[in-house]
Amino acid sequence: MLKCRNVWKKLAPLARASSTVCRQNVRRAGLPNGRIPARVPVAHMSTGPTGGGGENHLYVLLVGAACLGGGIYAYQTIKGDQQRYQDRINEISSRSQKAATEEPTTPIQSEPPAVKASKTEAVPEPETQAAPSPEEPSPPVPDVELAAAPSETAEPPPADEPVVEAPQEEAAEPPAARVVEEEPSPPSEPSPAELTEPPPAPVVESEPTAAAAAESPSAEPPEPQPEVVAVSGVDSTPASLKVPSHTPYLLIGGGTASFAAARSIRARDPGAKVLIVTDEPDLPYMRPPLSKELWFSDDPSVTETLRFKQWNGKERSIYFQPASFYINPEELDSAENGGVAVLTGKKVVQMDVRGNKVKLDDETEISYDKCLIATGGVPRNLQVIERAGEEVTQKTTLFRKIDDFKSLDKVTRNIKSITIIGGGFLGSELACALGRRSHESDLEVIQMYPEKGNMGKVLPEYLSNWTTEKVKREGVKVITEALVKSVTCKDDKLEIQLKDGRLVKTDHIVAAVGLEPNVDLAKSAGLEVDSDFGGYRVNAELQARSNIWVAGDAACFYDIRLGRRRVEHHDHAVVSGRLAGENMTGANKPYWHQSMFWSDLGPDVGYEAIGIVDSSLPTVGVFAKATAKDTPKAATEQSGTGIRSESETEDTATSPVASSTPAPAMEQHKDDYGKGVIFYLRDKVVVGIILWNVFNRMPIARKIIKDGEEHADLNEVAKLFNIHED
Amino acid sequence: MSSIREEGKDQIIFVTKEDHATPSSAELVEEDPNDPYEERGLILPSGEINWNCPCLGGMASGPCGTDFKDAFSCFHYSKEEVKGSECLEQFRAMQECMQRYPELYPQEDDKVSETDKTSQDSASAEISGANSTSPTVQDSNTTQPNTEGSVES
Repeated sequence: MLKCRNVWKKLAPLARASSTVCRQNVRRAGLPNGRIPARVPVAHMSTGPTGGGGENHLYVLLVGAACLGGGIYAYQTIKGDQQRYQDRINEISSRSQKAATEEPTTPIQSEPPAVKASKTEAVPEPETQAAPSPEEPSPPVPDVELAAAPSETAEPPPADEPVVEAPQEEAAEPPAARVVEEEPSPPSEPSPAELTEPPPAPVVESEPTAAAAAESPSAEPPEPQPEVVAVSGVDSTPASLKVPSHTPYLLIGGGTASFAAARSIRARDPGAKVLIVTDEPDLPYMRPPLSKELWFSDDPSVTETLRFKQWNGKERSIYFQPASFYINPEELDSAENGGVAVLTGKKVVQMDVRGNKVKLDDETEISYDKCLIATGGVPRNLQVIERAGEEVTQKTTLFRKIDDFKSLDKVTRNIKSITIIGGGFLGSELACALGRRSHESDLEVIQMYPEKGNMGKVLPEYLSNWTTEKVKREGVKVITEALVKSVTCKDDKLEIQLKDGRLVKTDHIVAAVGLEPNVDLAKSAGLEVDSDFGGYRVNAELQARSNIWVAGDAACFYDIRLGRRRVEHHDHAVVSGRLAGENMTGANKPYWHQSMFWSDLGPDVGYEAIGIVDSSLPTVGVFAKATAKDTPKAATEQSGTGIRSESETEDTATSPVASSTPAPAMEQHKDDYGKGVIFYLRDKVVVGIILWNVFNRMPIARKIIKDGEEHADLNEVAKLFNIHED
Repeated sequence: MSSIREEGKDQIIFVTKEDHATPSSAELVEEDPNDPYEERGLILPSGEINWNCPCLGGMASGPCGTDFKDAFSCFHYSKEEVKGSECLEQFRAMQECMQRYPELYPQEDDKVSETDKTSQDSASAEISGANSTSPTVQDSNTTQPNTEGSVES
């Protein structure tokens, strides 16, 4: 368009001049009588000739020259574009062959530089777009000045793009041949949504380039090559058979948050069609049993069945729902009442926010109306291990998924010594679970971490020390204040050198040193990443941008009560996933229902917690003595639930005061922190609460945090929990 | 007597049962029944059914979700003398659907109804049968609220 304008500008003065001259001639001709021609000072352009008869010839010459010049220019441009188009198509076709065999990400990365290298306008887009559209009849209008770009109107899904401007209407291309025109600037990165599935992918960006417009219609008749595009045509490829090209609800990631959102969406939007895309091979499952209950199972085939027996004797699978709950992705579009479809083994590598679509690692594109990003995270590793070489990394497990559980289970049956690096939730739970196993086999279980005690970053020091003693009693050799300096492999054994000089020899390492939230899509989608907490930055309603929400481990959200935070717990994934699902169906609710978390360290120590539980905050702990009734086992037996999170989330609107039952008299033991309540304070307001071996009181704790009041005497607050009773 | 100890920034209080026998003087903010942000139970303040209630488990979202919603809505709004008597068709459809997914909706007769929180809904035998078939892969809900709220015919 700009080019056109420029051209016109150049021609305008000449045109005006010639029209002026023309008018003058006509006037003179039309005044045969001696009427004095009104010497109206018609705008004499500097270029306008004022002569007599010769001026006719001059006029013709000028106009002719202008037209010829314009025509030549247009011809050159079109020719050049055709050539570029051809080159581009060749490149793409060769690339699509490469993409079949190698990393799909490299072509994408090499594409933006290639794009920038070629020309200001992102040439590939219009060409790949043009290629699929030859299926529609498009009368070629190789007119440079008509930046004609009728949009694809057959598209139900939202082209919220400002599809091409006014000049569109001039074009007379009936069944919208979709022509995409790019902005000259480099958002060619988000834009390289190469159209591989013609029908549903809406127009990406619109920017009138005469060249683009001209080349696509003109390119089509001579070069109708739909097959050149990586995934061609309507449904000729196997990929497009399996994957729906459009889904109203797209959930990226197949974990807890995603499943909770799917359920929420289906509950609120009747007949909703939800597509979950996950790079794991498994259907959505819950993670907590992977480090707890599954290890306590007596079933030798537990790694296959993934079923575990809860404390109350009831068995269940770690999968949220069996496979029959879901429908096949192919059937999603046609399902009358909608459903939830899970696409496993596919990774979303790119996101086009303006076009409302994503691209998978096999080049397929899926467009959506609403999208949830629930990509969770990847376990962190110690740098010393990463640099230590393959022998060491082969003997190291980063624990998160079902596959990790299976391989660790296998490994621990065959080795003599295992070391867990990390003293947080995962590390301590695994240590306890493996420590239990060590009673039967002669497996040595070592746990090492830089803090002074287990859960050192969560529990106040006195409690952390107490917990460490309990962990030791589970059969774990605990090494505190241990900083790993180097890890080497000698004689098929690992040697861990600590900074204070100690040397630990072991057969296998489990690194439980934190989670790196997965923000791979941030760049292509233009999403903000939080620098303090990591993860995608979202608002209190969990929204990142229009039509995009984030939930679970990857979401750094604004908690109205407690401030901005990012939470990596199971119940938070459920709560935030459910909330995101509600908001995707129009609820607009902020994060309000505070999620909780829990941990069990053996049969004697279990706690539930809510809010900000950071050991650096001042705490007030109120304790009584624990009886045999106050253990995690007893709690679940009484409430009839297997997982305390279930009892939390499936439980609603119970009265805040726990029912009281007569309790046995008990002694006071000064240093025995059997059971109690610990309050975490920030500026005298309770921001976090731990219920220590006290169960089924979470609603009270939630209420106290929600109120956000300053309480003068926390002992009085502790009374609300009735800690002496069951 | 309660004993108080300080360890740095952390305060530790040990209390006996007697210490906690007197009612608490801590004040809690009064709950607003119409708070739009709060998580709701099965029945919303407007009288509608909250399909997203965690108490329903996967009932409203599974393959038989639509049938379940039809049947339960019909029952809920039923004004007949025998509540839900005109809803037999919907319940039959729901049962049929559930029978097609025995994995998801195991046919157990001895399970207690776990979905009804409201005491005004009298559960028909079919409802309790249907609700009890809610997937056992979901843990059955706590028995405590059941004793408060569930009504079984």
